[in-house]
Amino acid sequence: MAVRAQFENSNEIGVFSKLTNSYCLVALGGSENFYSVFESELGDVVPVVHTSIGGTRIIGRLTAGNRRGLLVPNSTTDQELQHIRNSLPDSVAIQRIEERLSALGNVIACNDYVALVHPDLDRETEEIIADVLGVEVFRQTIADNVLIGSYCALSNQGGLVHPRTSLQDQDELSSLLQVPLVAGTVNRGSDVIGAGLVVNDWSAFAGMDTTSTELSVVESIFKLQDAQPSAIVGDMRDSLIDNFS
Amino acid sequence: MEFVPEPKQQLILCCECGSAIPPNPANMCVNCVRSLVDVTEGIPKQATIHWCKNCERYLQPPATWMVCDLESRELLALCLKKLKGLAKVRLIDAGFLWTEPHSRRIKVKLTIQKEVFAATILQQTFEVEYVVASMMCPDCTRVMAQNTWKAKVQVRQKVDHQRTFFYLEQLILKHSAHNETINIVEVKGGLDFHFAQRAHAIKMVDFLGSMVPTRSKTSEQLISSDIHSSTSNYKFTYAVEIIPICRDDLVVMPKKTANALGHISPLVLSTRIGNTIHIIDFKTLQLSEISGTTYWRNEDITPICTMRDLKKFYVVDVELLGPRVGKYALADITVQRLGDVGKNDDVIIVRSHLGNVLNFGDLALGYDLLTANINCDTFERLNPDDIPSVVLVKKGYAERRRKRKQRNWRLKALNKDEGDMVPKKQELQKKSADFEAFLRDLEEDPELRQGINLYKDTSIIERPSGHAAGATDAMLGDEDDEDGDDAPEVPLEELLNDLKLASSDEADDEDMAVD
Repeated sequence: MAVRAQFENSNEIGVFSKLTNSYCLVALGGSENFYSVFESELGDVVPVVHTSIGGTRIIGRLTAGNRRGLLVPNSTTDQELQHIRNSLPDSVAIQRIEERLSALGNVIACNDYVALVHPDLDRETEEIIADVLGVEVFRQTIADNVLIGSYCALSNQGGLVHPRTSLQDQDELSSLLQVPLVAGTVNRGSDVIGAGLVVNDWSAFAGMDTTSTELSVVESIFKLQDAQPSAIVGDMRDSLIDNFS
Repeated sequence: MEFVPEPKQQLILCCECGSAIPPNPANMCVNCVRSLVDVTEGIPKQATIHWCKNCERYLQPPATWMVCDLESRELLALCLKKLKGLAKVRLIDAGFLWTEPHSRRIKVKLTIQKEVFAATILQQTFEVEYVVASMMCPDCTRVMAQNTWKAKVQVRQKVDHQRTFFYLEQLILKHSAHNETINIVEVKGGLDFHFAQRAHAIKMVDFLGSMVPTRSKTSEQLISSDIHSSTSNYKFTYAVEIIPICRDDLVVMPKKTANALGHISPLVLSTRIGNTIHIIDFKTLQLSEISGTTYWRNEDITPICTMRDLKKFYVVDVELLGPRVGKYALADITVQRLGDVGKNDDVIIVRSHLGNVLNFGDLALGYDLLTANINCDTFERLNPDDIPSVVLVKKGYAERRRKRKQRNWRLKALNKDEGDMVPKKQELQKKSADFEAFLRDLEEDPELRQGINLYKDTSIIERPSGHAAGATDAMLGDEDDEDGDDAPEVPLEELLNDLKLASSDEADDEDMAVD
């Protein structure tokens, strides 16, 4: 299911949360509304953890992770690291990274098998990503943007990319990721996908401004329909495939 | 054969309606953007422009009134300035849509661009309808309220003829002093000049003062005042009195005043009016001047005989005495009243300054003091031995000689309003007689002509019959030469060509090429 959420009147929920198949991090807000949305959707499956990174709330942009691991920037305090370690399942490896590009969420986009990273990332970081997250790492850009994590959202089912991504780029990325990709928007036409949308294999959370059209694109590409694709979504998907093929 | 992949446009779904569109900055299809935002918001679709139906001008706020044609650039500029919100958008195009002129509606089609979301520019075309409301402009209001002038110059001369004003009129025309007047009204005893501004009136008063001896008095009338801004609205009136002495007047003054003017005789003739009055003692040829200040200091200089009192005399003999001053020569002239010629032998011997001018057999004009009815204390007090019986003033010409001639020149006239004066037949006659006298003065005195402009009357000069008439005149003149010589005429080279800007009715009359 795709759900709309808002963090303290901001639609950029991808900034304030991190969602993977084995855990979910949410920022410390003034109220628990934001947390409740995640908790009600994920509570009985994966842990939903309140945390801050380096004292800030923009945890979604500072961290990168998947089912197997979590990468946090150098600014993360020991206390925060300890709290996260205690809260997450033991199977999740946590690693603090010495990296000049410290907003890891902006420079790394990954699912459980492949990570796309900023072309200027350190070679050491690249190795750590491969080790900790257990993924293949590719240096890529998306629609000529180097901040690959900001402009796409990936899961093991599919991916939503920047609306200006050309068809060749989509084909190339799609063949690297081995999942279908679609160009689209969230938050009523916003092209910063990573900031407006968090997604894992069975759920997605988008900003409150996201229109139903955008939400149906999200549900269809990430295969979030409960049983079979409804007729309208199927039609829409067909028309997309028509247009894109 | 090489495979060239044709570049394909990737499409996204419009975030509102879900139709496939190429990505754009708003990631929304145009229709959805249109339905979401109205770029014409804040721009009124109806406005009112004000128009004065009297002068057919449009109000350009705050206070300018402009003449604009329908569908002109000026009107479009005026219309666009009326729209408040236009500053916030980019105007791409504007043009008029045709409307019926009598509908008092003006429609303008505008194309504007505006940035709606980040880096999304939307262009839209729409119409604005203007209602042309009629509103009288302040100028027309003042005309309607008959509150047109702010300053008035009242020029008066306390004499019973209008020659001075005919002369003044020509002076004003020559110097274009009337350019700023908004109205000239003829009233009894003078003229009223109306001005829109006080400064113009002051200029006129100064002009008159430089031309003839005058004195003026200022008065003002409060029309309205605003105590908040402490401004008030006045009407100014300048009463200008012209010295009541004219050319060829016989002037008497007390001994004391005469002494102050260079021990001149108390009985003198005025010869010329300029900035001052030029006077001559006809018995000694002594010249002097009376200025305005001298006159108004005591007001004891009185004209006792004027143009109307001139009598005709027949010159019997001229005996030059020798002294000459300028064009004057002292002479003892024997004259006979014209009525006495052939009846009796009453001759009068007069000492006169006209020795150069008069010859035996000429007609002379002068004042007959023996028969004149003079009512003046100063004159009474003079020594009776000093009073001559006749004062000759100028040479005269036989009436029938003039009658034959048509003048080949003419004067321009100011556009005067006759005001409240009822043009009685008698007065009209008097006026035309005065004007004729003025024209004769001009013909006789080249000095007087210097200050003013005379124009060729092309209709007279060019008419062939006119030449023929002139020729017969000359022949007739030769026949009866014993009556005296012909009346003087204005030489053709002194006349100016009149520049007439082609007006529809007189276009055929216009001739600037006449040399």
